[in-house]
Amino acid sequence: MTKSFGALIGITAAGVIASSAWAADLRYAIKTEPPSIDPHWSTNTSAKETALHTFDLLISKDDLMGLQPGLAESWKPIDDLTWEFKLRKGVKFHDGTPFTADDVVFSFERAVALPSPTSFKQYLAAKKTIKIDDHTVQVKTAKPNPLMETDLAAIIIVSKKNAEGATTADFNSGKAAIGTGPYKFVEWKPEDRLVFKANPDYWGSKPKWDNVTFKPIKSDPTRVAALKSGDVDVMDRVPTTDIKGLNKDPKVVISSGTGNRPFYLWLDSRRDLSPFVWNNDGSPAWPNPLRDWRVRKALSLAINRQGIVDRVFEGSARVGTQLLPEGFYGYNTDLKPEPYDPGRAKKLLAEAGYPDGFKVTLHSSSGGYLNDVGVAEAVAQMFVQIGVKTKVVLNPKQVFFSKITGKMNNSLAIRTYSVASGEPSIQLKAVVHTGPLKGTEFCCQPTGMSNPRTDALIEKALTTIDKNKREQLFKDAIGVAVNDVGIAPLYFEVYTWASRPGLKYTTRLDGLNLVDNVVKSK
Amino acid sequence: MTVFIIRRLLQAVFVVVLMTVIVFFGIMVIGNPADILISEDCVGECYVQAVRFLGLDRPIYEQYFVFVKNVLQGDLGNSFKYGISALDVILERMPATLELAFFAMFITVVVGIPLGMWAGLRPESFSGRMIMGGSILGFSLPNFWVGIMLILFFAVDLGWLPASGRGDTVDVLGLDFSFLTLDGLAHLTLPAVALSLFFTALVIRLTRAGMRETLLLDYVKFAHAKGLSRARVMFVHVLKNILLPVVTVLGLELGGLIAFAVVTETIFAWPGMGKLLIDSIDNLDRPVVVGYLMITVFMFIIINLVVDLLYSVIDPRVRLHGIKA
Repeated sequence: MTKSFGALIGITAAGVIASSAWAADLRYAIKTEPPSIDPHWSTNTSAKETALHTFDLLISKDDLMGLQPGLAESWKPIDDLTWEFKLRKGVKFHDGTPFTADDVVFSFERAVALPSPTSFKQYLAAKKTIKIDDHTVQVKTAKPNPLMETDLAAIIIVSKKNAEGATTADFNSGKAAIGTGPYKFVEWKPEDRLVFKANPDYWGSKPKWDNVTFKPIKSDPTRVAALKSGDVDVMDRVPTTDIKGLNKDPKVVISSGTGNRPFYLWLDSRRDLSPFVWNNDGSPAWPNPLRDWRVRKALSLAINRQGIVDRVFEGSARVGTQLLPEGFYGYNTDLKPEPYDPGRAKKLLAEAGYPDGFKVTLHSSSGGYLNDVGVAEAVAQMFVQIGVKTKVVLNPKQVFFSKITGKMNNSLAIRTYSVASGEPSIQLKAVVHTGPLKGTEFCCQPTGMSNPRTDALIEKALTTIDKNKREQLFKDAIGVAVNDVGIAPLYFEVYTWASRPGLKYTTRLDGLNLVDNVVKSK
Repeated sequence: MTVFIIRRLLQAVFVVVLMTVIVFFGIMVIGNPADILISEDCVGECYVQAVRFLGLDRPIYEQYFVFVKNVLQGDLGNSFKYGISALDVILERMPATLELAFFAMFITVVVGIPLGMWAGLRPESFSGRMIMGGSILGFSLPNFWVGIMLILFFAVDLGWLPASGRGDTVDVLGLDFSFLTLDGLAHLTLPAVALSLFFTALVIRLTRAGMRETLLLDYVKFAHAKGLSRARVMFVHVLKNILLPVVTVLGLELGGLIAFAVVTETIFAWPGMGKLLIDSIDNLDRPVVVGYLMITVFMFIIINLVVDLLYSVIDPRVRLHGIKA
């Protein structure tokens, strides 16, 4: 197609150059638009990235997930149960009202009180916020809480004056969408556009763009076409099949970063009789072969992770060694990618007493995540190669999630658990801890493993205040879990952005689309 | 006539009630909305409260009665995903879809009927054959492929038209319309053409078949013999008689265009409500799905009603009291 109209490409190029004349305006195509402008309605990523343009946090995160002073200039624990936050002075909301401790107290109250299925409540559970003076607040907890900083780094600060009594609809219309952030909210037309303009009085570094328009374009080819035709300047989530082509295109600049969703093989090593494991003759396998470390290790060794990354993802994924991507707090550098060794896998199976393998069913979602079907099929074939007869059962994500939530309906499954919060304990509890933690919360996805050593390490980390000691405990916990093959980490997706020449998206570890991360290059 | 309309509306209410029952219980068969909607790290007390907030802690039949009670008070409930009234979520996206559907319908009528008449009048001519050949392409090429090709050609290669989105809009009586601005019209053209292609092809074939049949009838020969002008014979006498099947099909398709233009809206990132249905089913956002389908059912019934009324205008032989509703 392109070739036959080659002569006309010049016109497109001219169009692109012309549009760069008003360089301080940015048009940004995003795959997913936020469900709402109300910063307390949803914890989901697109809601967060949207809110961070208009609003600020007490503690913000830099590109490497390091904590930085936001609306709080400094903070410290004054005793085991109390943290004190000194608020930034001279900060004004977009309507000119000064920012004070009242806004902080109000925001925390609102985030708890607003009923929502994706509420921020869990970040503020058992915390009491007290205003000391106009620029000091204290947050008290009933028990020592080492997660205070990450918890509070999740809550957006809104203006008490404008948001008191405001509904989610009031935020969508812009009436209550008045923050202290680098950009002022202009308008939101769902599925069409989301518009911001620079806040010249921003307390932090000056906003880079005068006018910003986000255009939600869900369809992958359309998003690429919008970039190529010059309708937008930047796009997120370049489809894996287009990356090669766009890399060669001189009119497009590509950048990429590791996603924060670990995909892993969930194995039922907990029950003596697992529902989807059978002997070769079709009778239920007793005892469950997955109870044996050698069998689990064999399955892990049988998976050619690099092959999955190269073939299924055409290179835009990264082999996973644990639950966190590299660079995150709690990342264990001792864990190396599992080698692909079907020979050793067969040997281990024979040693464990299964020289001819057994039968299993592998469950996965279809269409819930990028390439999930391809991955499940590839993994199943690799299992078959070591003699484990594997049937793949795929369910649409609605069915799959309903089956795995709160129940143990699988023997083997491909699952994922986001690390968007940046706090490893939440993820460790959900993925490798045995289950109901006494007196605290239980998680919605029961784990298939139960290892007392992992449990002890996680529980200890949850009450350790010292950051470095806690990180070591996290590292040890995931180390134990992975070496025991309680789970078998598979891969991380790589997210890719594309922009027109002269611009470059500098990636963040959390993969948020923030316009100030789009910089002029060259 | 009045009896006819009342009977139709009663029938509509019955269909809507039946539909809500099916959809309401059907969604719960797919999966539990709580498992899709509640965020992964909301556990323990947070999870329990969220389920209660969504009203999913009650038995399903109780949930249904609560829903019916609210609907009778004009409240479709709040969207699980968007947190605002489900009706607002739907109505916000409706003008864009209506505009796209009516514009596509307009293209279908002004292109399809004349071309079909021409092809019926000169079936053996080169142009007549070209039109018929083109119409085969029109309804056999898949919608999404045509859409992407249009974008590649007109937006990426030629750069004449924008690739996606809705462009500038003008506020008329609280509704946004884009066909009133040049930029909006440019955005509207490609999706409307893509959407109308199939129906245009259909209308061409229907019109042509009607022409071929009607031209042989005695009254046409008589009209010619009477010395009426060719144009008058064609556009008054023949056209009226071939319109009946065309209007039927257009009426049926208009409903389809409005409610289920999902593919076109997705490809062109058109901010309409077709996409909303798919997204909401995806998220098991029950209030939006049920509300959407209720509105759709009403719309279909009203369109059918209008079509029936049009029949009696076009063809005086059709008597409404004779039609069983």
